[in-house]
Amino acid sequence: MTAPAATALVTLTIEGVPVSVPKGTLLIEAAKQAGIVVPHYCYHPGLPVAGVCRMCLVEVEGAPKLHIACATAVAEGQVVKIFSEQALESRKSVLEFLLINHPLDCPICDQAGECELQDYVFQEGRANTRYSTYAKRFNPVEDFGGDVLYVPNRCILCTRCVRFMDHVADASVLNVSERGDRAFIGIHPDAELDHPWAGNVVDLCPVGSLLSKDSLHKARAWELDKGPSICTGCSQGCAITLETRANTVVRIKPRSSEVNKYFICDHGRFNYRWMNRGDRIEAPLVADGGDLHAVDWDTAMERAAGMLRGVKGPVVVLASPSTSNEALAAAKTLAGSGFIGAFRVPRVPGEVPLNGVPHLALREERAPNVRGATDLGYREAFDEAVQQAQGAACVIVLEDALDGVTLPTRTLYLGTSLPTGARNAQVVLPVANVAEEDGTFTNRDGRRQAYAQAKAAPGMARPASWVLAALAAGVAGARA
Amino acid sequence: MGFPHKPHPKETVVLSEHFGRAETRSLTGWKKVGGYQALTKARGMRPADLVELVKASGLRGRGGAGFPTGMKWSFMPKEKTKPHYLCCNADESEPGTFKDREIMRWTPHALIEGCAIAMHGIQADVCYIYIRGEFTDCLAIMETALTEAYADGLLGQGKGEMYIHRGAGAYICGEETALMNSIEGRRGNPRIKPPFPAAAGLFGLPTTINNVETLAATLHIVNRGAEWYQAMCLSNPKSVGTKLLSVCGNIAKPGNYEVALGFPLRDLLYDLAGGIPNGKTLKACIPGGSSVPILNRAESEGCILDYEGCVAAGTMLGSGGVIVLDDSADMVYQIMRLAKFYAHESCAQCTQCREGTAWTVKILEKILGGKGAMTDLDLLLNLADQMTGKTICVLSDSCAAPVVSGIKKFRGEFEAYITGKRQPALAFA
Repeated sequence: MTAPAATALVTLTIEGVPVSVPKGTLLIEAAKQAGIVVPHYCYHPGLPVAGVCRMCLVEVEGAPKLHIACATAVAEGQVVKIFSEQALESRKSVLEFLLINHPLDCPICDQAGECELQDYVFQEGRANTRYSTYAKRFNPVEDFGGDVLYVPNRCILCTRCVRFMDHVADASVLNVSERGDRAFIGIHPDAELDHPWAGNVVDLCPVGSLLSKDSLHKARAWELDKGPSICTGCSQGCAITLETRANTVVRIKPRSSEVNKYFICDHGRFNYRWMNRGDRIEAPLVADGGDLHAVDWDTAMERAAGMLRGVKGPVVVLASPSTSNEALAAAKTLAGSGFIGAFRVPRVPGEVPLNGVPHLALREERAPNVRGATDLGYREAFDEAVQQAQGAACVIVLEDALDGVTLPTRTLYLGTSLPTGARNAQVVLPVANVAEEDGTFTNRDGRRQAYAQAKAAPGMARPASWVLAALAAGVAGARA
Repeated sequence: MGFPHKPHPKETVVLSEHFGRAETRSLTGWKKVGGYQALTKARGMRPADLVELVKASGLRGRGGAGFPTGMKWSFMPKEKTKPHYLCCNADESEPGTFKDREIMRWTPHALIEGCAIAMHGIQADVCYIYIRGEFTDCLAIMETALTEAYADGLLGQGKGEMYIHRGAGAYICGEETALMNSIEGRRGNPRIKPPFPAAAGLFGLPTTINNVETLAATLHIVNRGAEWYQAMCLSNPKSVGTKLLSVCGNIAKPGNYEVALGFPLRDLLYDLAGGIPNGKTLKACIPGGSSVPILNRAESEGCILDYEGCVAAGTMLGSGGVIVLDDSADMVYQIMRLAKFYAHESCAQCTQCREGTAWTVKILEKILGGKGAMTDLDLLLNLADQMTGKTICVLSDSCAAPVVSGIKKFRGEFEAYITGKRQPALAFA
């Protein structure tokens, strides 16, 4: 079978490295194949090309002028020089131009440490400025509404934010106002930047011009530890990075993936404070004389194994659809032939799509693993299962939201906190939350996606999948 | 003719024949002098033949770039699958240029006729005439003429639609892709090319954009033939036909003059335009509108006014706006003033232009204020180098051109300010 024309390859040389890429590929993308990121500001793979920052000028052999790598398509036999003297000189000059009106307030700028202006000036910029005796342009900080502050003095007019709102969010509230060096990002006088996906403009901003009020002055970028994760805000399954400082999640950023391209919604972005909640169970508890007492893991596990060993009849598993596939599977195995699995989904009517990205929306089901639970045989029949639990041989609970639920005493509860409904349980095992464990969720389209631990679990808490697997081994008689 | 002056025998009067005669403004007046005969003739031709005729005439774009008009038309898709557009660039904003204004003011029907001919050639369904916002009289005259043309059945009813679009005061909207953005209701920012307008122009559809003077010339080519047009050539055979030249500044008789290409700049200045008044002498001349390099006296007096001749003299014919400076001119101030214009008009897209034009002005003002240093001249040249050939459009190149040529040719004047030989200009001290 011959390859279709659409996949025709073009071979070119970038900085001496031969590269073959599909016809129509932009030089800036082709350069990545050669392992080089061409310095750039306005270009973003998720936005229409603007070609305005002129930072990505590169030399194409035989061409009289430098070309912008973000708007030049590859051509057969092209020889591209990214670090030629001419290209370097040109980028050095762009950096100098960008800095003449840019305040050097990096010590108090939230972007410091993850600022592309800082990075490229460090990499390729001049050591001194020739713009010494003139005042810099000054405009006051503006509250754009929503979560976004605009610091016009730092703005380099890359227009990523404008293009995001125009072409991706499909809500044109930002523009470039004025001309020449007086230009700034303007907002419609009757509008606020409160679009449900507007927070992305902060991520897109290559400098510290658009800032999140939520994370304003909260942490220095270089102090943050970053863990790849999956958003728990809904069933879409957006890839995110959990950023922690001193074992506390302080910020969520989108991570690029097939599912969400480069973006996340504001609901997901701010869905992290619960990960840091202080009222966690830190030790295993067992019922003793109508009270729960803290014990060590071995004691608790032995007691839990005892509840399940030789059990006959239905074993009801009440699970949250935010539980990992691994924990759900282990609980099902543990329940054996009497398994009855159920969950309930928090729902908010009305999807909130990001118009410019197909199949991307904040979904009605506000839990990450509805599909995973369903695939494993759990049913969305929580109330019915609570009824069945009353006569069950054993009940395993993996759900913190137990408002209005009374559980029988034959209950094994695995949770992060201890709601009233769980106080009847025989054994309470402290488990990690999503930020504290490794696992997978299956999104609404059936993609099974891994998330990684971003911070340590409090006290003696352990991942639920680990606990359940160990318990299954203990029930079978082996030593855990 | 050299409106507002009597025609000079050395002029070749074609486009400006009726300048100053209000009667040719009306449709009846225009028809009385043979108006719309060319349109009838053109509409009787196959579009491809019309394009060939314009190609054969050697007509080149009169807006500044000098691109062969027939060739530009031939870039339009031969097989028409989508609506085609014609844009007439009447956003004449180049400092020192006021030729299109006179065409619209005195012979509005010549422009409408030229547009209609071009529409037939490129098979355009719609034509937009984009008129500079400040040209209030041109706008009124053109609108009256357009109403007359519609009422006479020359347009509409399947013969193509023509609209007048008024600019809102931005120089950059005279750049062809910015003009298209402006018509579409967007901010007047130049677009990246490719795609070129013939592939994806106005509203993303195949578009040809021509200058007023170019379009007005087509009707004469249709009437009198390509050979006649080719014959109007005084120097290089690649530059043929007549060109309107707007002369202004320190000159005895400022105004528009129409000459065959290849005409000596010296004769334009001293014969047609009456020379330098008040007993002064010529110091410098910018022959193609403010965007082209400045010529000193010797260069000016040797310059041949056609596309190749101007390049040989180290400048460009551009739009044909001839700015004359006499020996009392302060070149540092004049160059600062030009740079300030570009700094004000920069659309703010490209970094080099947005920041570079404003910085250039600041350095020049510093020099004028007596606070400059010799290193500032090197800095100006270095900035100019980085502002040339690096941006989407040529506005930043246009700012750099007079700075580079000014420092090269009048360095002494800059140094006089820097060394204190010359008193600082009070406004900048």
